Amino acid sequence: MNLLTPLARARGHGSAHEGAHHWWMQRVTAVALVLLGAWFAWSVLCLVGADHGAFVAWMVRPANSLLLVLLVIAGFYHGWLGVRVVVEDYVHASAARMATLAICAGIAWLAAAGAVLAILRTGMGGA
Amino acid sequence: MVAFRLPRGSEVRQGRRVPAPDGASRVREFRVYRYSPDEGASPRLDTFEVDLDKSGPMVLDALIEIKNSADSTLAFRRSCREGVCGSCAMNIDGTNTLACTKAIDDVRGPVKVYPLPHMPVIKDLVPDLTDAYAQYALVEPWLKTESPPPARERLQSEEDRRKLDGLYECILCFCCSTSCPSYWWNGDRYLGPATLLQAARWLQDSRDEAAGERLDALEDPFRLYRCHTIMNCTKTCPKGLNPARAISDIKRRIQQRR
Repeated sequence: MNLLTPLARARGHGSAHEGAHHWWMQRVTAVALVLLGAWFAWSVLCLVGADHGAFVAWMVRPANSLLLVLLVIAGFYHGWLGVRVVVEDYVHASAARMATLAICAGIAWLAAAGAVLAILRTGMGGA
Repeated sequence: MVAFRLPRGSEVRQGRRVPAPDGASRVREFRVYRYSPDEGASPRLDTFEVDLDKSGPMVLDALIEIKNSADSTLAFRRSCREGVCGSCAMNIDGTNTLACTKAIDDVRGPVKVYPLPHMPVIKDLVPDLTDAYAQYALVEPWLKTESPPPARERLQSEEDRRKLDGLYECILCFCCSTSCPSYWWNGDRYLGPATLLQAARWLQDSRDEAAGERLDALEDPFRLYRCHTIMNCTKTCPKGLNPARAISDIKRRIQQRR
């Protein structure tokens, strides 16, 4: 039987004093993705019909490698921030929520690191 | 808590039908949610035919007519009958609004009347708002100052007073909070648009000296940042206020002090 007063229930463990960073970075990465996404879409459209060699040649140019790395980081960071909101919205049991968040964070880190590694290896001639 | 199905015993069943009295000319059908914890049965939807010649123009008038002449056990809250007290907030024709300011003529087809969504129901159209009121108390909705009180009133410029327009008019009917999916799923921790609009009202008050303390209490992933700008609150507010803007104002203030 829950005999907490309504005010005790409402106050809970108090404020976490966080959330602003998440909220702000979601917006920063969104703006970055608009710009980087437009650049990426334009670049790919220009390469329509090109062979594998042409794609690699485009990719190894320093400016393109740099922007691709930024696109991948911004994309996975933004995606992770969004997934976190969804999990917090819908997964309520504390242990299940923490486990789901940890797994999603792991997947995001792994995928982002793998993509960055692939870009760098291609850029350094590893192909 | 997310619920894709109604809890057991909550499915709304077909209720009884009360026909209009003989000789009624202007008949309108009202389908009203009924639930009584004493009966131990599922909620039901009763259909009442109301003679509009005997009722006033608003949905609340029809509910009072039903209670007076068809079924005196129908429970609902009402007081001022002019959109000032916020007691008769309910879900009419699929939208949270005040029964006293919702014209029957504005509804097409049968008028469906349910209690405010996703709140525990005490009886019929009376929701239990205890926790929502406690959340309101949490934001300490009163003027907080440390400076010694002035000899006379606390002065406020006309310009600063105008900043409270669009905030002070809230009557705490909780139409907005109970229309918010985020509040449905996380109402135990998310404060909801009604309470956050009130928090914004005290943050905005030039006479208040506790802005930092207030923002400290609000900066939380659940209390404040469960708002995903869905805007149901602004769409449903029967007073035409904009809780979504008030919430984004709080988020902006927190960003500005970082």
